[in-house]
Amino acid sequence: MAWRDSRASRRRLLLFTSCIVVGIAALVAVGSFGRALENAIEQQAKALLGADLSIGSRVRFTPEHEAFLSSLGGEQAREITFSSMIVFPRSGGTRLIQLRSLEGGFPYYGAIEADPPEAEAQFRSGSGVLVEESLLLQFGAVVGDEVRIGSLTTRVVGALRKVPGETVAFATIAPRVYLRLSELASTGLLREGSLARYRVLFRMPEGVNVTELVAEHQERLDALRLSVATVAQRQEDLGQAMRNLYQFLNLVGFVALLLGGVGIASAIQVHVKQKIPTVAVLRCLGCSVWEAFAIYVVQGVALGGLGVLVGAIAGLGIQHALPRVVADFVPFDVAMTVSWGAVVEAAAVGFGICLGFTLLPLMAIRRVAPLEVLRVAFEPRRRLDRFQWGTIVLLGLSVVAFALAHTRRWQDGLGFAGGLMLAFGVLALVSRGVIAAARRVRLPGWPFVIRQGWASVHRPNNRTLLLVVSLGLGTFLLLTLQWTQTTLLRQLISGQEGNRANAILFDIQPDQREGVAALVRENGMKVLDEAPIVTMRLKSIRGRPVEEILADTDGKAPGWALRREFRTTTSETLRESEKLTAGTWIPRVEPGVEPVPMSLEEGIAKELGVGLGDEVVWDVQGVPVRTTVTSLREVDWRRVQPNFFVVFPAGPMDDAPAFHVLVTRVESAEESARLQRAVVDRYPNVSAVDITLVLRTLDQILGKIAFAIRFMAMFTVATGLLVLVAAVLSGRWQRVRESILLRVLGASRRQVLRILLVEYAVLGLLAAVTGVALALAGSAALAVWVFQVAFAPPLAPAVWAILGVTGLTVATGLIASRGVATHPPLEILRSEG
Amino acid sequence: MRGTEGQVILAAEHLTKTYRSGERSLDVLRDVSFSLPSGETLAIVGPSGSGKTTLLGLCAGLDAPTQGTVRLAGEDLGGMDEDGRARVRNLHVGFVFQSFQLIPTLTAIENVMVPLELRGERGIEPEASRLLREVGLGERLGHYPAQLSGGEQQRVAIARAFINRPKLLFADEPTGNLDTETGRKVVESLFRMNEAMGTALVLVTHDLELARRAGRLIRLRGGLLVEDSGSGHGGRMGTS
Repeated sequence: MAWRDSRASRRRLLLFTSCIVVGIAALVAVGSFGRALENAIEQQAKALLGADLSIGSRVRFTPEHEAFLSSLGGEQAREITFSSMIVFPRSGGTRLIQLRSLEGGFPYYGAIEADPPEAEAQFRSGSGVLVEESLLLQFGAVVGDEVRIGSLTTRVVGALRKVPGETVAFATIAPRVYLRLSELASTGLLREGSLARYRVLFRMPEGVNVTELVAEHQERLDALRLSVATVAQRQEDLGQAMRNLYQFLNLVGFVALLLGGVGIASAIQVHVKQKIPTVAVLRCLGCSVWEAFAIYVVQGVALGGLGVLVGAIAGLGIQHALPRVVADFVPFDVAMTVSWGAVVEAAAVGFGICLGFTLLPLMAIRRVAPLEVLRVAFEPRRRLDRFQWGTIVLLGLSVVAFALAHTRRWQDGLGFAGGLMLAFGVLALVSRGVIAAARRVRLPGWPFVIRQGWASVHRPNNRTLLLVVSLGLGTFLLLTLQWTQTTLLRQLISGQEGNRANAILFDIQPDQREGVAALVRENGMKVLDEAPIVTMRLKSIRGRPVEEILADTDGKAPGWALRREFRTTTSETLRESEKLTAGTWIPRVEPGVEPVPMSLEEGIAKELGVGLGDEVVWDVQGVPVRTTVTSLREVDWRRVQPNFFVVFPAGPMDDAPAFHVLVTRVESAEESARLQRAVVDRYPNVSAVDITLVLRTLDQILGKIAFAIRFMAMFTVATGLLVLVAAVLSGRWQRVRESILLRVLGASRRQVLRILLVEYAVLGLLAAVTGVALALAGSAALAVWVFQVAFAPPLAPAVWAILGVTGLTVATGLIASRGVATHPPLEILRSEG
Repeated sequence: MRGTEGQVILAAEHLTKTYRSGERSLDVLRDVSFSLPSGETLAIVGPSGSGKTTLLGLCAGLDAPTQGTVRLAGEDLGGMDEDGRARVRNLHVGFVFQSFQLIPTLTAIENVMVPLELRGERGIEPEASRLLREVGLGERLGHYPAQLSGGEQQRVAIARAFINRPKLLFADEPTGNLDTETGRKVVESLFRMNEAMGTALVLVTHDLELARRAGRLIRLRGGLLVEDSGSGHGGRMGTS
């Protein structure tokens, strides 16, 4: 019976099924891809670190360090990494790079990929350097070109493509250049106090349990301030990062599925309404309530099953596109295997959600009385019965369960589910408000076609709620993404306007300070700020050694804050970006005064749990210095200028080993290149950061992240459009009838088309404006509460969104209504019989 | 109100309608001719499949004949496209259908106003309410069709049919979906308003009692006009 009954509406029902296909495809693709990620991490675990164990330090290894490292055994490779400048003499280009000098067999697992393939061996033999491929492209350099790093002139032996366990996205900020460690001395760049990272990379003999080895030496490692990375840790960190990525993609896909579910529910509601006379006849003929209900449940289940099947097949196809979407964030190769477990899981979720949304309107079938043969109810009964409420509660719980299963913390899961329901709720509420408003605003005096189109917003059987929710949600997601990206970038760029600093020169040795400043002025630029930088570590806080605080498992101070190397400065005045929030600012003290007064940034003071008057002992490159917190400062870290956690008065640190930073402003890329060339020519050890270039790179990275999010958001948009098509088609029979009647009463084809056009334009406009309003609220909330930046959204994306969504709705509506206006009016008489 | 009485409002000449399906063709109407003076009433009767509905459709300009011509209010429908015929319908014709054919998403008063609104006329609400009051629905202006009974819906349709002060009203089985008592009331409304406005009426019906209320009766059988009470001889007419 279910099969026979569907005969007349099969094509239409199949179209409704397409609403959930996209959501299921998204879940299947992401689910299967997620398993592939997990497998890849499992299989390539050792290649993610390239070694069994990595031990690092921010200071040059001391003999004590060396003795400890030797005692660990295994094969060892050495790497020293720091920022520096590279010069391409052929083009005259200069650029900040991350110079990595390496010696030994690292990576022991996986390989450094370079072009040509023999380049790796050449760099290891000292024939030249491997340079990040993107950097070569930027300066039009090729393999064989000469480059200068510090005092060393060498050749590019290959383009660096991949380093085990590293992502491409973040290497673009400071491109990587590999140099043989023995060549490092000839650059003349590494000096006392240079900001470098020293690493020893181990390959352990078979049978050595690295985790146990690290645990055994943890105390010593802490005492020596050595950081450790093991394969297990890396695997866990990366696994967590990938899980976050996968779960995020999954949640976005789930939004599309829910939206599709809403589309299905709405379509089934229309289907049920059309089937009421049939059900009433069946009831008259003796069919029981549950038998009648079962006929349509079977149809719903068949539809859901078909949707799931098609969605799963489509999802397997989409899975192949995902590695490209997230390629820049995944530091390993992902084999494209199909995880049938994940496919089944996603399909089951999709089917369950689809079934829930199908049952909700189908339950109305149970209440069709035989009497309806004689008179069909004007509107479906609005009051829900306990079964419908039960289904709604089940659906709500499913959303919460899915969110909890796909987020790390339960708070995030509840937050996502709550946020999603809130978004749906607000959209539904807004559309109800719009319907109520449209009912009151009758547009007297406006042309008939406009009033007729406008009135379709509130009239019986209107599709306003469905379209505002589906199209509004898509608009909301895309625009929030766009505005958040713009807000973050604007915030970064805002500091670059006017006379603000946008170039930093650092690693300036004390004897070069005057010279570099003079060079800057010679090039027509102003020295906007300069500061000496003294690096130091915490030794004790209020008399408690840092090692003891670290070992204290109840301690609240985070390890990173206790272990870090602080770059401090001395200053007589507060900077523009600083504000005193507590204590007294002491500009200068005589050398030899102890304890030395010190100003702490309030955030780090809170992290370390120290306040005014507390004693802090620093290890200034081997020399203990006793200090007291005499003031706390608030620092605007977004300003491009030297900002510090710790500031000392002028005097006591004057003789400490320091390097200097200098800040200036360049007006153009040419001016920036000229300054960098001049500085690197005369002072090869001095590095320059061009903030405009960093911003451009950040823009690219944000763009890549936004692309991945947008890719998933497009599933929601696609579902929204399918829901739109389904909604238009589900109301088509009514449109055709109205159109024919209007034609009989004298309407021209043009008038009928214009009524349709106004109707879709009004619906599209409402959906877009609601989406824009929600996006405005959402982006503002994100900007103010999450990113803590000022929110001033550009209007252009909103205008484009409104025009785009309205245009798309009108186009889709008119295409789906094709032929509505051309039905011959004679059909009115044919339908009379 | 009967200023145009005596002039021919509708003239059908040699109307033939043939439907083709592949190789086969079916003549549903064959060479039917008649004319109707202004203000007159005409009933078209005949068994199912005799071509009544086809004739009504052709006369009202809802369809184009395979052969023959229709002149409505002096305008030749044959030379017009569908939009042209729609304009003529809007200016000169009113319709009442068996199944009411109200727009379900419009209220009673909105349904009544549609023909004039399509012309772009303003300030027509008072006239629409007056017509609805006249058919006894003064209290139901804001109701949607589904909130009205069948008889009430048909009375809304009658009010709509007269809003544009048509020269000619086509009614297709106006009481077909109504019980006897309601049907009687609806017919009363129809004839009363027709009389008051001097509108010519073409009525298609199976109901001979209703047909007899018309001043003239034509009978169709197998697509042929077999009787025209107004032709003076009551016999076979218009066939060649």
